[in-house]
Amino acid sequence: MSSDASTIAEIPGDTLRERIVDDLRSKIGADLADSLVKPGNDVWIRVATSAWKSTALALRDLGFDYFCFLSAIDWMPSPYGKGEDDPTAPPPERDDTIRQGYAGGETRIQMLARVVHPTLHVGVNVKCDVPDADPAGNVPTVDSWVSVYAGANWHERETHEMFGISFAGHPDLRNMYLPTEFEGHPLRKDFPLLARMVKPWPGIVDVEPLPGGGNDEDGDES
Amino acid sequence: MTSTESLIDRKQMAYIAAQAADARLNVELETEGMTLNIGPQHPATHGTLRIIARLDGEQVVWAEPSCGYMHRGYEKLTEVRTYPQVTALVNRIDWLGSFANEVPFILAAEKLMEVEAPPRAQWIRTILFELSRIANVSLFLGDLGVQMGAITPVFMAFRDREYVLNLIEGATGGRFHPNFDRIGGLKDDLPEGFIDETRAVMKKLRNFCDEIENLLFGNEIFQSRTRGIGIIPKDVALQYGLSGANLRASGVDWDLRRDQTLPMAWDKADWKVWTHPDGDSFARCWVRLQEVRESTMIVDQLLDTIPSGPVMAKVPRIIKVPEGEAWVSTENPLGEMGYYVVSKGDLGPFRTKIRSASFNNISIVPWLLKGVYVPDIITILASLYFILGDIDR
Repeated sequence: MSSDASTIAEIPGDTLRERIVDDLRSKIGADLADSLVKPGNDVWIRVATSAWKSTALALRDLGFDYFCFLSAIDWMPSPYGKGEDDPTAPPPERDDTIRQGYAGGETRIQMLARVVHPTLHVGVNVKCDVPDADPAGNVPTVDSWVSVYAGANWHERETHEMFGISFAGHPDLRNMYLPTEFEGHPLRKDFPLLARMVKPWPGIVDVEPLPGGGNDEDGDES
Repeated sequence: MTSTESLIDRKQMAYIAAQAADARLNVELETEGMTLNIGPQHPATHGTLRIIARLDGEQVVWAEPSCGYMHRGYEKLTEVRTYPQVTALVNRIDWLGSFANEVPFILAAEKLMEVEAPPRAQWIRTILFELSRIANVSLFLGDLGVQMGAITPVFMAFRDREYVLNLIEGATGGRFHPNFDRIGGLKDDLPEGFIDETRAVMKKLRNFCDEIENLLFGNEIFQSRTRGIGIIPKDVALQYGLSGANLRASGVDWDLRRDQTLPMAWDKADWKVWTHPDGDSFARCWVRLQEVRESTMIVDQLLDTIPSGPVMAKVPRIIKVPEGEAWVSTENPLGEMGYYVVSKGDLGPFRTKIRSASFNNISIVPWLLKGVYVPDIITILASLYFILGDIDR
């Protein structure tokens, strides 16, 4: 373990990261639900779903002109594991608790986007909760970023087909990759990876020896 | 009224009638637009990208790339693989500079594990990274000629790229898919004679750059077909998330090799980030040419200072990455390539978001092609430089 916590903490970018969170809080106020600044690493913020677009506007006003990416995360553990189960054995017990990552949250699916300040060279990871589909069958919807960052157009189309999230105000939510008649949202965890379903996994654990050969004994430290 | 006057009147009347007929004809023609399909199999598209363009005469009024002919679903596939297995997948995203694809993913995993590769491994990683850039972009420079009707440059490019691929093959065992990067270091050390051989090849590549510059960039046809065409202003480039040479050609001085701290050896060499104020097709091609030249200098300098020592840090034999999230991106041949890795303390990633450069770079096409002439479609697409695997992932 060569990274030392005391040396990381001295990197001056961290005061900048703290300041970004403060600046953003003064702009969007209580809509900033949570934030996390990891020293020497990165910034994560989570905003209220209703403030998804106003956060983008606030970030652009703060000089975060560069749109990096936009996507989503499904926090539900996959009911199929890694698709390596023995089809003849009874299905294994799996932990199905939903645990959100950095900056917390309540919902199963969260939006994730990143914008970068092109002169300060610092980026912000923005998250927001995506409400689940209601019983009436309305798809989860968040506001579109297209009017703020034009580059979000294709990313939102991709997120739409892969996660089934709708974007209010998007000009053209056609499928990007999948055929028009495709059913399901492949990057949701409950969508099975069919290649692993049609043929059982051979179950070979692939461990290759380390270069030098002599590391086998002391290599097991964690 | 004299007879001459009436003659003039008649002539004028005939002229006006002819004009009116022409105008009617034009009005009728205007209502019928034409839809031009480029691809999915077109020699100029480097793969299976399809572009649908609606034309009014020779001008494009609407254009939309249609992606997905090569979508392999890598984001889903990473979720059923272990960390060391993922490098074999991500190799195939940008297949011309494949070693460079492995690096940001491995760095993200190392960031989560708080492991750092030993200095020699960092040096070799950087050298191989730059070699992939040279192999990738030198082919672009050759291919650029083909798009404008010049055949010679592409032969030169394939000839000289082969030297670089031989080096990569010598070090890693794979010409296109090295799968050489490991969490905590590299699979192996450099082979004997690699350093001398590389120095000789870098000299050849600099000659190649000079040749291309004289042959292509000084050429009048090339200049008239690229200068002032496909201009992307700075703010639009940033909004669309353009990266790499496409962004620097619009005057944004930003290079992820220089502007962020990574456990790589770029900061140990003295080199320059090239930008161009114009933002047109010519600027994008020109910046790439300079970058190949700069990369050869970086490799030369790093070969001088390469430290000795192991190429692998001590990591467990079965790699479990602690719970957390990490984002690492590097300046790949095509632009910013990044991985957002979410770990649940498991053997494999819980979710990986792959941010590939070409996806963002090509998303500007509907905006950029509006109003250009048909022959310019090809030069603009060529100058944006995309790899299909990098768009579709």
